[in-house]
Amino acid sequence: MGRSLFDKIWDQHVIADLGSGMTLLHMDRVLLHDLSGFRALKMLEERGEAVVNPSSTLACPDHTAGSQPGAETAGSAYLRGGPEFRQLCERYGIPYYHIGDDNFGILHIIGPELGITLPGVTLVCGDSHTCTHGGLGALAWGIGSTELVHVLATQTLMQRKPKVKRIRFEGQPGPGVTSKDMILHAIGREGTRAGDGFAIEYAGSAIESMDIEGRMTICNLSIEMGSKIGMTAPDEKTFNYLRGRKHAPKDGVWDQAVKHWRALVSDEDAVFDDDTIFYMNDIRPQITWGTSPEHVISIDQSIPDPDKALSRERCDSERAALEYIGLRPGMPIEGVSIDWVFIGSCTNSRITDLRAAAEIIKGRKVADNVTAWAVPGSAAVRLEAEAEGLDKIFVEAGFEWRAPSCSMCVGANGDIISPGQRSVSTSNRNFVGRQGPGARTHLASPAMAAAAAVTGKITDVRKLMR
Amino acid sequence: MRAFKSLTGIAAPLFRANINTDIIIPMQHLVGTDRVTMGFNVFAPWRYENVDGSRCENPNFILNQRPFRQSSILIAGPNFACGSSREGAVWALHSFGFRVVIAPSFGGIFANNCYQSGVLPIVLKEELVAALARQAEAAPHTATFTVDLKSCLIEPPQGEAIKFEVEAFRRIALLKGLDDLGMIKSRLLEIEKYRNLDCEVRPWIYL
Repeated sequence: MGRSLFDKIWDQHVIADLGSGMTLLHMDRVLLHDLSGFRALKMLEERGEAVVNPSSTLACPDHTAGSQPGAETAGSAYLRGGPEFRQLCERYGIPYYHIGDDNFGILHIIGPELGITLPGVTLVCGDSHTCTHGGLGALAWGIGSTELVHVLATQTLMQRKPKVKRIRFEGQPGPGVTSKDMILHAIGREGTRAGDGFAIEYAGSAIESMDIEGRMTICNLSIEMGSKIGMTAPDEKTFNYLRGRKHAPKDGVWDQAVKHWRALVSDEDAVFDDDTIFYMNDIRPQITWGTSPEHVISIDQSIPDPDKALSRERCDSERAALEYIGLRPGMPIEGVSIDWVFIGSCTNSRITDLRAAAEIIKGRKVADNVTAWAVPGSAAVRLEAEAEGLDKIFVEAGFEWRAPSCSMCVGANGDIISPGQRSVSTSNRNFVGRQGPGARTHLASPAMAAAAAVTGKITDVRKLMR
Repeated sequence: MRAFKSLTGIAAPLFRANINTDIIIPMQHLVGTDRVTMGFNVFAPWRYENVDGSRCENPNFILNQRPFRQSSILIAGPNFACGSSREGAVWALHSFGFRVVIAPSFGGIFANNCYQSGVLPIVLKEELVAALARQAEAAPHTATFTVDLKSCLIEPPQGEAIKFEVEAFRRIALLKGLDDLGMIKSRLLEIEKYRNLDCEVRPWIYL
């Protein structure tokens, strides 16, 4: 029987079968951030353990870093734990990039940028959006701080093998439809727990023709469907993306690696535990209306009536969501007035995301009622954007051009929205209080967020496309 | 980590689907907070309300009501603790006093995290969980449940004991109070052997 992409990578990493379904796996890469990674290092210290292979690790204080431009403005949230995190990284010999460094950025952005993330590696981080790295064909998932200690101390992790779900996107995207719209559409159809217990492989013609950054966006939202792991098969685009990156293999080893990576595709006769197809013709620009990523509709739709929900559970959840978000059933989502736009996060802060947003705002102005931020995902993205003049487009339109940080996706650095205010955000969670207590979040693509910024309302980006 | 063998206590019903980790412990109560005090802010968005600018308990929320303030068992809806990987979600529940969470399903990262802190996540069929939640709600003052990990049985206040399943390996670790590290360390030779072979096959992995 053929094996899936997931099976091939999993099998490659099995050290021992521990019985009762548990496997001891080798972990190739470990990323540490200033919240869960900091806690892990403190626990490691308390337990008197060592980091067995510091060169397999990478650390960055992406969560608490201030997004105020300027290296000196780490911010008060950073100061609560950041300096100690930095000291611990230095003590254990963990490669660490500080705020203001050329390589600084959100770990899920800089891992791929630096060639730390490679096809076929196992990669963990104390962060649920670690699935992002699956866009390069890595087997990557989020773990807790205690599990991080185990990985640091042994370079292994005990895991139960998940089932495998394939989601195919067939066809080509229509106007205004991006990778973010595709994955939001899938979450809306499948629900937030469809992926529980599964690793997801995204495939199909729309994935094959998609760039690497789009694939990372798709994989990033896997956890919002309940799946810890999302991945796409590596291909020539992946190899071209990685060639020459700082930690990517070089010379003869590169050729050896590429040969190995070319085999990392699901066999023709691979069997999946679940298989779903979405057709691109059915997908229009998406926007969330509630407090779960599954509360999502196309921009030209109206807010659903909870009384018509398929189950009592969904009815209750939708009712509570509408109360929090301050909208009524039956009203069109388009035209809802907003206060904030946030373009950033490990979901959508790469160069292609900033280009897509800049394309919409160029020559236009941010509406008077809106505060708009663009927060590049890394120092490298910021530099690249500035070299292309994107920063000028954002600033001239009235956006704030910020410094890399997780920023307003999660508010750990103090970047939050006031209670009751409404944002259109390119991040990944519209949970209650996610962008600050009482903040109301609508998830969308960078182009949709840009459209909302210039009109001051939730807007169909297709009307602003040139 | 403390061992978990058996527990008799009050069960709090919170039978809602998709309760995420941002609700269980919001970011502002996570950064820089000691894990043993996180219980003050478990479920903060529901447990507290803002009255004239000061934070007050929401009397309608179950954990603010007697006897549920003393509960040690949580009966939750499907996909409990979905969302972020923050282990603070487990620490906050543990710090409040919860040692058992019963739900039809859990967020995958959360379930693994539970086992690292001596919290037992029990998966039961949705109808069974709903029935337990009803019992907990109906007669709160007498609604003590016993959860026994040796026999893998839940004894509700009324009716027959319910059998639950825990992976054998996880069960032993909880009974002994071990997290995964000790188990892994007994395999160091195998790990070494794997790495020696893998260095030949995938040299680019070893930076």
